[in-house]
Amino acid sequence: MNTMLKKSMRIAALLAVTFSTSHVLAADKIIKIDGSSTVYPITEAMAEEFQKAQKVKVTVGESGTGGGFKKFCRGETDISDASRPITQKEMDMCKEAGIQYIELPIAYDALTVVVNSKNDWVKSLSVEELNMIWKPGSSVKNWKQVNAAYPDKAMGLYGPGTASGTFDYFTEAVNGKSKSSRTDYTPSEDDNVLVQGVSGNVGGMAYFGYAYYEENKDKLRAIPISAKSGAPAIMPSPEAVKDGTYQPLSRPLFIYVNATAAAFKPEVKAFVNFYLENAPKLVAEVKYVPLPSTDYAAVKEHFKALKPGTGFGGKNEVGIKIKDLISRIK
Amino acid sequence: MTTETLKTKASVLENLVAVRAMIRRHKRNDVIFAAIGLIALMLGLLTLLTLFLDLVMDGYPRFTLEFFSNFPSRRAANAGLLSAWVGSLLVMTVTFLTAVPMGVAAGLYLEEYAPKNWFSDLIEINVSNLAGVPSIIYGLLALGLFVYGLGLGESILTAGLTLGLLTLPVVIVSTREAIRGIPVAIREAAYAVGATKWQVVKDHVVKYSQGGILTGVIIGMSRAIGETAPIITIGALTFIAFLPPTPITEVAPFINFEWLSSGFTVLPIQMFNWLSRPDHAFHTNAAATGAIIIVVTLLMNGTAIYLRYQIRKNIKW
Repeated sequence: MNTMLKKSMRIAALLAVTFSTSHVLAADKIIKIDGSSTVYPITEAMAEEFQKAQKVKVTVGESGTGGGFKKFCRGETDISDASRPITQKEMDMCKEAGIQYIELPIAYDALTVVVNSKNDWVKSLSVEELNMIWKPGSSVKNWKQVNAAYPDKAMGLYGPGTASGTFDYFTEAVNGKSKSSRTDYTPSEDDNVLVQGVSGNVGGMAYFGYAYYEENKDKLRAIPISAKSGAPAIMPSPEAVKDGTYQPLSRPLFIYVNATAAAFKPEVKAFVNFYLENAPKLVAEVKYVPLPSTDYAAVKEHFKALKPGTGFGGKNEVGIKIKDLISRIK
Repeated sequence: MTTETLKTKASVLENLVAVRAMIRRHKRNDVIFAAIGLIALMLGLLTLLTLFLDLVMDGYPRFTLEFFSNFPSRRAANAGLLSAWVGSLLVMTVTFLTAVPMGVAAGLYLEEYAPKNWFSDLIEINVSNLAGVPSIIYGLLALGLFVYGLGLGESILTAGLTLGLLTLPVVIVSTREAIRGIPVAIREAAYAVGATKWQVVKDHVVKYSQGGILTGVIIGMSRAIGETAPIITIGALTFIAFLPPTPITEVAPFINFEWLSSGFTVLPIQMFNWLSRPDHAFHTNAAATGAIIIVVTLLMNGTAIYLRYQIRKNIKW
């Protein structure tokens, strides 16, 4: 130990000296990506395959959409994953730092409303009914309050935490305002906790991304959603999302590419092209919904033109068509 | 026989009965206390054991060589821990190299050299308090200081230094405890034959307190290896399918410090990521990783106990 101590002290001294005097980052080509944990599985799949094909290093973090944009707008990352459009605040942040971005929709996700598999009374829910349950200050505590035909059963509500893009989108679509929601539900950033909660509570109800429902079909039941009461109720499925009938709970997912990196770093350009090229196959493999192929073609064109900006103007919008979005930026 | 003696005899007998009853009662208390102690011990041990067995049973299909030699992947069966365990190893190396020299030196100074005044007392209270500060606070400190202040970025060096800070109070406190355990007679003997303070510290104090210091170091390190919060705060990655540059190179100067500035991930973060996946196959990976982290921690603690035993054996006072 005595000699070990001496040795380690010597090494530490050496280390301090050497590190402070030399070496910037290696000349290796690295693409840095961070952002939404919802988009993470897609980007991870892309990064995995891209690194098999090319000698470029790709790192992916999951700081959340907001955390990702913070790094992106400081110029620390090349690409930011986002489960919602960039907000006005984030646009200002990027502008101040002189960072321009190219907004690319890359897939769809179906927000899925689930109940316990023993719940046999709910056949479908309309957005009005969801609003009644989830609006701020809602007093619904029993299924009977939603519909007199439902049994007298206490309702247990589970949902994502307020930092999540899923929360932002659902509240926008159901309550008409992003982040406005009743607060007396059980929140968790980990969707598996929500799955556990609903599968252990007969009166339970939750919403999260489609992939978590897909993997837990044995424990949960998805509820068909109708956009208006009286309109046909649509069961969430990749098909219903693709043909645009599952509204308003299907949402686009995005990547934001640093415009300078896209123009001047060939590896970033190559990666994004690879991303869009392989999206139909890999997006489906990780249980998300690919865009229709004509939309991918449009997104590719958009990226080729390297046109920076957002089609949302800092506000989230429910049920927007990819083509309209792109034409707005043009 | 007089009535007097009879009376004493009777009272002695009575006393004897009372004494025996008392002894019985005390013995019974002994047994009850031992039982309570045993139950308390078992509760702790069994909980750990159940947890560990549960992880092993969930994760056993992944205990293969590939699990250690594969990079993470979107397919659970192909996903491995390579970047995570290499990351953990490198981060812990930096942690060891910073926390041990600094912690031992600080402990020695406080115990041997520091003047006894209000300032030393203040430092002492602060060091003890630091040991109880939640780890996320160290993460926030490191984010401001190392990542942005010193511009070290989200690197292995940053993570190692952060966990080094986290381990530091444990090392300081255990160094001081170990030093206090050395009999005054030993120092006095050394001074008596004309040794200087530095000689006493170098040849006696440090030598005899090695066992205690080592225990503190390893306990601190095994806490650090399971830390997730501060590492996430400073921005560890989740998907990284390459290793940092090797520390030893083929060309002169044969040693390379680029790995210090490399991005990284560590075991608990990889586990956290897998656990939050929808696909249940990833939960198997997470369980296997959990079991591995527990085994590593137990091995580290076991090593501490063994080394302490070996060192104690060689000290003859």
